[in-house]
Order: sequence, then C-alpha cells, then structure tokens
Amino acid sequence: MYIGGTRQKRIALIVFLAPAIFSLVLFYILPIASSLVLSLLEYDPLRPASDIKFVGLKNFIEYFKYQDMREQYLHVLYYLVLYIPLVLVTSTMEAVMLNRAFKAKTLYKVLLYLPVITSWVAVALIWRWLLHGEYGIINIFLRKFGIQGPSWLHNKLWAMPGVVMAAVWKDTGYYALIILAALKGIEHSYYEAARIDGASAFKQFRYVTLPLVSPTIFLLLVINVIAGFQVFESIYVMTEGGPAGATRVPVEQVYRNAFTYYKMGYASAIAWVLGIVIIIATIIQFRMEKLWVSYES
Amino acid sequence: MRVERVVLRTLFYLFITAAAIAALLPFLWMVSTSLKAREAIFSIPIRWIPREPSIESYKAIFTLANIDFLRAFLNSIQVAILLTLLPLLTSAMAAFAFAKIEFKGKKLMFSSILLTMMIPGTITMIPNFITLKTLGLLNTYTALVLPALCNSMGIFLMRQNFIKIHDEYIEAAVMDGSSLYRIFLTIILPLAKPVLFTMGLFNFMGAWNNFLWPLIILTNRKKWTLQLGLSNLGSNFYNYQHYQMAGAIISIIPIVIVYLISQRYVEQGLSTGGIKA
Repeated sequence: MYIGGTRQKRIALIVFLAPAIFSLVLFYILPIASSLVLSLLEYDPLRPASDIKFVGLKNFIEYFKYQDMREQYLHVLYYLVLYIPLVLVTSTMEAVMLNRAFKAKTLYKVLLYLPVITSWVAVALIWRWLLHGEYGIINIFLRKFGIQGPSWLHNKLWAMPGVVMAAVWKDTGYYALIILAALKGIEHSYYEAARIDGASAFKQFRYVTLPLVSPTIFLLLVINVIAGFQVFESIYVMTEGGPAGATRVPVEQVYRNAFTYYKMGYASAIAWVLGIVIIIATIIQFRMEKLWVSYES
Repeated sequence: MRVERVVLRTLFYLFITAAAIAALLPFLWMVSTSLKAREAIFSIPIRWIPREPSIESYKAIFTLANIDFLRAFLNSIQVAILLTLLPLLTSAMAAFAFAKIEFKGKKLMFSSILLTMMIPGTITMIPNFITLKTLGLLNTYTALVLPALCNSMGIFLMRQNFIKIHDEYIEAAVMDGSSLYRIFLTIILPLAKPVLFTMGLFNFMGAWNNFLWPLIILTNRKKWTLQLGLSNLGSNFYNYQHYQMAGAIISIIPIVIVYLISQRYVEQGLSTGGIKA
C-alpha cells in the first residue's frame, strides 16, 4: 500500500528504518570493504596509527606458504567428514521415529531438544568430562568391553572425533525437528500406493521418504557445510586448538591472531580466505544438487 | 507380516529408548558430578547417586576469588533482556516499513538485509571490533546491541507476517488521522503477537548462549556474561569437574525454564523459518 507524500510521513519512515539500516551499513556492509583493506595491512590495534603498514599480499602469501593454511583446512575437513554424515543420519532417524505416534512423544521431543538449547560452553564442559581419559564415562563404559579408550581430547588423532561426538549430540535434535517438518508434508497416498505394491518398511523409506525429504536434507547439508567451516566454540572450549595444534581450525585461528597476538591484518587474510572457500564449497554443492536431490514436479 | 510388525515395533522402541538415554545421560552425569565432593568425582567404579550428596560446589563457584559468578549471572540477564527486546523492536519497525510503506530504494535495502545472512561473521568480526573500539564502546553492552539491531532473519519473518495484515485496517486508521507511529503501536504490534513472541524467544536463547562476540567485546571481568565466566571456570579449574558441572547447570536452568514454558512456540519457529537459537 502507499503511504507517503507529506513531510511528517517521510520523517516517520526514516524513524522506522534508521536503526536497522544504520546497523546494516556500519556493521555488515562497510566491514566487507574494510576487512579486505585490513588484510593488506600490518595492523596492531595496541600500537599508534603511524605504525600501520601497507604490505600488499604479504599476509596471504605467508598464510599460503607456511603450514598454517594446509593444516587448518585438513582439520576442518576431518571435522566435516565425520560430523556431517553422522548428524544427518542421526537426525533423519530421529525424525522418522518422531513421525510415528507413540506415548510420551512430547516429553521425548523436549528431551531431544535440551542439548540444542544448552550453550556450547556448557556442552563443551560436559563433554570434556565425559571424554576424560581416565574417569570419563565413555572410557569407563568402553573398558567394560575390554576396550581401552584413548584419552580423547589429549590425543592428536582422537581429539577431533571427540569434538564431533559432542557436536552430533548437541545438534541432532535441531535438525531432527526440521526434517520432521518436511516428513509431515509428505502425502499419505504415496505410502498407501507403496504398500499396495508390497513395499517393505525399508523400501518405503528408501524409495518414498528419502527422495521426498532430499530437498530438506540438501538444504541442511549446505547450511552444515557453511557452519562447519566456521566451527569455533566447541574447539575453543574443548581443546583450545590442541593437543599440539591438532584441532586448529580457521575461525579459531582468526580469533587467536586477531585478539591474542593482535595481528589483525593476518587474521583478516585468514578470514577472507575462509569466506572464499565457503563460497566455492557452496557453489560446488549446488552444482551437484541435481545428482541426488529430487523435486516433485 | 505379523512377525515383521512385531520386530519393527520392538526395534522402534529400542531405538527411541536408546536415543532418549543418549540425550539424557550426559545431563544426569552433570547433575551427579555437581553434587559430589572433590575426592568422589575421581572414583571408580562410578556412582550415579553420590554417596554423600553435597552442594559444596555450588557454594564454591559463587565465592571464587577471580570469577564473580553471581555478577556474571546478573549481567547475562541484563544482556539477554537488552538483546531480546531492542532487536525485536528495530526489526519490527523495519519490517513494518518494508511490508506496508512504498518508498524509493525499498527493494535494494531489503535485499541487502537478506544478503547479510550470507556474510560469514568471521569477516565482519575484526572491522566491527575496531569500529566499536574507536567509538570507545569496548566493554559496554551497547557494543553487543548495535550489530544486533539489523536482525535479518527477524526482519524477514516479520515482514512476511505483516504483509498478511489487511490494508483496510491501516487505511481506516489513516483516515482517522492516526500517525504511522500510532498505527504501528496499536494495530501492527498487537496483531503480530505470536510472531513477536517466537522471535523474542529465539532472540533470548541466542543472547543467553552467545559466546564469541561477548568474548571479543567484554574483556573486563566485571562485564562478563555467564558464558564467559563459565568458559573461564573451565580453563582455570581444569580438574574441578564438580565446579564446572555446577556452573553448567546454573547456566542451563534459566533457558530450560524459558523453553519449557514456550516449547510450542519453539517448534513453530523451527518449522516456519528454521531459525537457530
């Protein structure tokens, strides 16, 4: 509808838009440009402005040249490769379960959602304790079967799987409810037709359910890859990038370089590389979408 | 056929029981540990129910020399209220303009707001820190609020909602000589109560659990939020798991209460927008 014209109304319009637009420009649009400029500088916020130096692509070259970048992306890929299949499988299974009627379902949903609303800091502390090498419940449990578990977060190989376990535990309920919403949208007639054809429960899942929720799963995959590349809080609290740098990941290194070492130029370069990697990963996923996602025609 | 049904049913119940236990067990262990004395947390075999339950760890974390947990708790409440209400108001205001007023540059502004969802926070983090430092706003809650005033998800969802409100209501009010402010306050907001509540809820959960941005902005211990205090408890008392678990419980309780009261709205929010707390 059209409301406009008078001076008074124009002022009102400005009042309505000003706070959001002010924040948009100052904290989202300008930073894109200034972050790019920063990545070309040597900038320490604790030193006087006269010490700011233009260094061209030096930050990027340094990042590419030394082990830093390779190491961080290997770690983040290790995380993604473990986390994404696991969380998608667990949440799809939960969603399929939740799509059936059973007693105490609301209670069950609440239970499943508790880890989601718990902060990452709290989850990280809980899991640090569960994964304790000597007194952690998980290793005590494994010992009952004669398996000596690793001292998870203090072991270079097992630290990341430890973080992934916590993340899957925390996130399953969230994705399960989103997939559940998609499942509810599937028409019953599809299942009836499948049943008349004599399809087993497994076949119904494989040939009816899975194709029809594949657009939702695809969306979750894209969101998860974007978020996974930016994994931070779990790592920061659970391992601090350790042991011996075994869980150093890009965002954690942006944080360290910018706010512990005050190398803000270098940190901005890491952030920009990450942004570009995420864009490329997203484009690749959309290119591959056709191969496995089916849309109803 | 009958056999298959029985097997499936059994598998189904086995699975949901296992999943429920997996979800709940870490919480139970957290509660159990928090009620133990220091020696008891390192005992094998494990005891789920402490032999001598004590609330020592709860008392202890509120009397630590270098982390003021009570203060952090109160700070968190203050921050959560600010970060729930202010972004809610500014998003509703912007959403109203985008939904019901025609003006130049509307499309551009709206799509720019939506595009901010795509910008990784990692890129804007450092420039925003420098901006706020330059403005002298480090260690203030204003620095937490300002970037949140443009809440793209909130603006988008509320705009979708406001568009459905019939223009006649607004036109009638304009005829009566109501100002736009009045229309916003007396017509739009009351009609949009459910979406406002859902958004507010997600704002609250996000604010309560927020970590990275406060970690950067609030370096002064007196300004710390609960999550910062808790994280610090985790690193300074690395082998005091009963303290850590007590702190974790205290940080979880408020959000669980809010969630239990409004569980219905959480699910609604998830199914409409997939918003993440």
